[in-house]
Amino acid sequence: MDRTLLLAAPGVAFLLLLFCYPFGYGLGLSFQPKDGGGALANYRRFFDDPYLRETIWITLKLAVPAALVNCLAAVPVAFRTRGPFRGRRLITTLLVMPITLGTVLTAQGLLGYLGPNGWLNKALRGIGLIDQPLELVHNYWGVLASLIITGFPFAYLLTLSYLTGIDPSLEQAAATLGARRAQRFRYVLLPLLAPGLAITFCLSFVLAFAVFPSAQLVGDPRGETHVISIEAYQAAFQKFDYALGSAIAMVMAAVMLAVVLLVLGWRSLLYRGATGGKG
Amino acid sequence: MSPSGSSPGSTSSFGSLCCERVSRSFGRQRALHELDLEIRGGEFVALLGPSGCGKSTALNCLAGLLPLTGGAILLDGERIDRLAPERRGFGMVFQNYALFPHMTVRGNVAFGLKMARVPKARARERTDRALELVHLTAHAHKRPGQLSGGQQQRVAIARAVVLEPRLVLMDEPLSNLDAALRLEMRTEIRRLHQRLGLTTVYVTHDQEEALSLADRLVVLRDGRTQQIGTPEEVYARPANRYVAGFMGYRNMLDVTVTGPGPTPALTLAGSRITGTDRDGVPVGERATAAVRPEDLEVVPDGTPHPGGTLPATVEVVEYHGRELAVQARLSDGQALHLRTRERLAPDDEVRVAAPPERVLVFGPDDAGDADDAGEDARGDSATYAGKRPKAVSA
Repeated sequence: MDRTLLLAAPGVAFLLLLFCYPFGYGLGLSFQPKDGGGALANYRRFFDDPYLRETIWITLKLAVPAALVNCLAAVPVAFRTRGPFRGRRLITTLLVMPITLGTVLTAQGLLGYLGPNGWLNKALRGIGLIDQPLELVHNYWGVLASLIITGFPFAYLLTLSYLTGIDPSLEQAAATLGARRAQRFRYVLLPLLAPGLAITFCLSFVLAFAVFPSAQLVGDPRGETHVISIEAYQAAFQKFDYALGSAIAMVMAAVMLAVVLLVLGWRSLLYRGATGGKG
Repeated sequence: MSPSGSSPGSTSSFGSLCCERVSRSFGRQRALHELDLEIRGGEFVALLGPSGCGKSTALNCLAGLLPLTGGAILLDGERIDRLAPERRGFGMVFQNYALFPHMTVRGNVAFGLKMARVPKARARERTDRALELVHLTAHAHKRPGQLSGGQQQRVAIARAVVLEPRLVLMDEPLSNLDAALRLEMRTEIRRLHQRLGLTTVYVTHDQEEALSLADRLVVLRDGRTQQIGTPEEVYARPANRYVAGFMGYRNMLDVTVTGPGPTPALTLAGSRITGTDRDGVPVGERATAAVRPEDLEVVPDGTPHPGGTLPATVEVVEYHGRELAVQARLSDGQALHLRTRERLAPDDEVRVAAPPERVLVFGPDDAGDADDAGEDARGDSATYAGKRPKAVSA
C-alpha cells in the first residue's frame, strides 16, 4: 500500500466522526418516531401537515433568488475588480467585509437601517416620497436582503477566482478577430465561466437554504419566513421530538441535494476543461 | 484606405503602414522608444531582440492591445492608433496560441468569420480552405486540448489568416515548439506568406528565425531601434557592436587601432591584423573587433595572409560533425572561438587569420546611449553567441 495514503487519515477520520456518523445517526433516528406509527411516520407527518410541508417552498423561495442574485451580481463586480488597479486591495476588502460581520450584526444593522423608523424610511418620508414607512423588515424582504448581504462575498470571491483563471489572451485573441466587448463576453468568457458559476450557485444556494438566524431576527419566523431549519429546530429543541427534528433535517438535505444535482447535471453539459490561465 | 475597403473579413491590402515615433512606457520605464518603421503591403518584417527589448510591446501596439504613450500609427495616411483592436482588422498569432478551449478547431477558425457576419455557406467554405491550408482538415472536430503543440500552432495561424487580414501579427509563434517542429513550422510560415502574400510582422528573439523568414529585420534593444535592414544587410553589416553580437559575431576582441583608413591596421595580442572600420575609430584608440567563428581560419605556419595572422593555443575542441568548434586563447588571455575542418587537439599551437572585410571594428561605447548599455551588449552577445554554434550545427 502506498504509505502517502496515510496522509489522508486525519481528513478521513474528521469526515467519519463529524459528518458521516452524525448524519447516519440522524438518519437512523428519523426512522424511529417518538410516538410510534412505523418507520416513515415522521416523514408522513411532515408531508401531511401543510404548515410543515410549506417550509420547503418558503425556504426555496428565499434561497434560490438569493443565490441567483449573488451569482449575477458577482459577475460584473468581479469583472470590474480583476486585473491590477489602484486601490484594488481596499475595494476587495470592502466587498469581502460582510463575511466578518456575521449574520447577527447584519440583522442588527438591517433593523436599524431598513426598519420603520430606520434611516431609509425616515429619509424617504423626509423628501416626501412616501407617507407610510415601507415594510422592509420582519418579512420576506428583510431575510432576502440579509441573505444577499452575507452571501455576496462568497459568490464574489469564487467568481473572481474563476475569472482570473481565464487566460486574458483569449479575450485579446477574440478582439483581434473582430469580437466587440459584448461578443467577447458572450462567446468566450461566459462559456468558460459558466461551470464555475454553476459551482458558485450551488454553494450560495446551500448557504442560503440553511438560513436560520436572519429568518428569526429580520424575518417573520411564524409566517412568511417560517423556513425549514426553524421548523427542525422547534421540533427538536422546543417540542423535544428529536426524531421528527432529524426527519426534517433529512428532508432539508434531500432538497439541497436535489437542487445541487440539478445544477451539476446542467454543468456536465458544458465545457469544463482548462481555461488556459493560472487557475 | 485600400481599394477593396477595410472591413475585417474582406481581402484587402494596403500601400504602407507607418509607425511614427511610436512609444510605449509603463510608468517610468520606456518599453518602446520612438520606433520609426514603414511596412509596405505584402512585406514580411521581423522584430528581433532579446526578451525585454520592446518587440512584443511594439506588436501589441500595432494590434491595438496596448495604447501608445507617444507617436502615431498610420495606415495609408490614416491614423489607426486610436482604433480598438476589433476594428483594425489585423490578425494575430499569440505566443501561447490563445485558442478558445471550449470550441472545436473548426469553431476557433470560424470565429472571426462569425464575428464579421460572413454568410454561413461562405464561412464554411473559407474555414474549410483555411483548415486545408494548414493540413488540419482531419482534426476539425477536435478541441484544442486534444491537439499537439504544432497542431495548435497551425490552428492559431489558420484562425488568424482565414479573415485574410490586412496585417498578420505573430508573437514568437514558434518559441513553445521543440527544435525539429520549429524548423518545420518555420518553413510552413514562409510557405504561407509566399502563397497568401499577407503582410506580416513577426516577433522573435531567434536571429536564425528572423534571417530565414523576413524580408526586413528590425533589431531592437531596450526599446530602441538598433538597425533596420534586409537580412543580408544586418547579417553582413551590423550597425553596431550590439547588433553584431546578436548576429553571431561571437568573438568580440579588444584591439588598438594603429593605422588610418577604412581598413585600418589593428594590434591584437601583440600581432598586427587588418579590419574594416564601422564606427570611424581614430588611430591610437581602443576598439572592439567583431569576428564570426566561421570567418576565422587556421593557416599553416609561415604562410602570409592579407589580414595578418594571430598565434593562439587550442584549449577546447568540440566535434560538430563536418567541422570542429574550437576555443583557443591568444597570448594576452583573450578567448577566440573558431570553426575549422583541421583536426586540432588541445594544446596545439596554431596561427589564425580572417579576411579584413570580415573583421568589423567598432568603437568602445558605440552600442548604447548609456554607460551601462555597453555592459548589456556584452552580456547579451555572450548569451546569444553562445546559442549560435548549436543552431549552426542543427
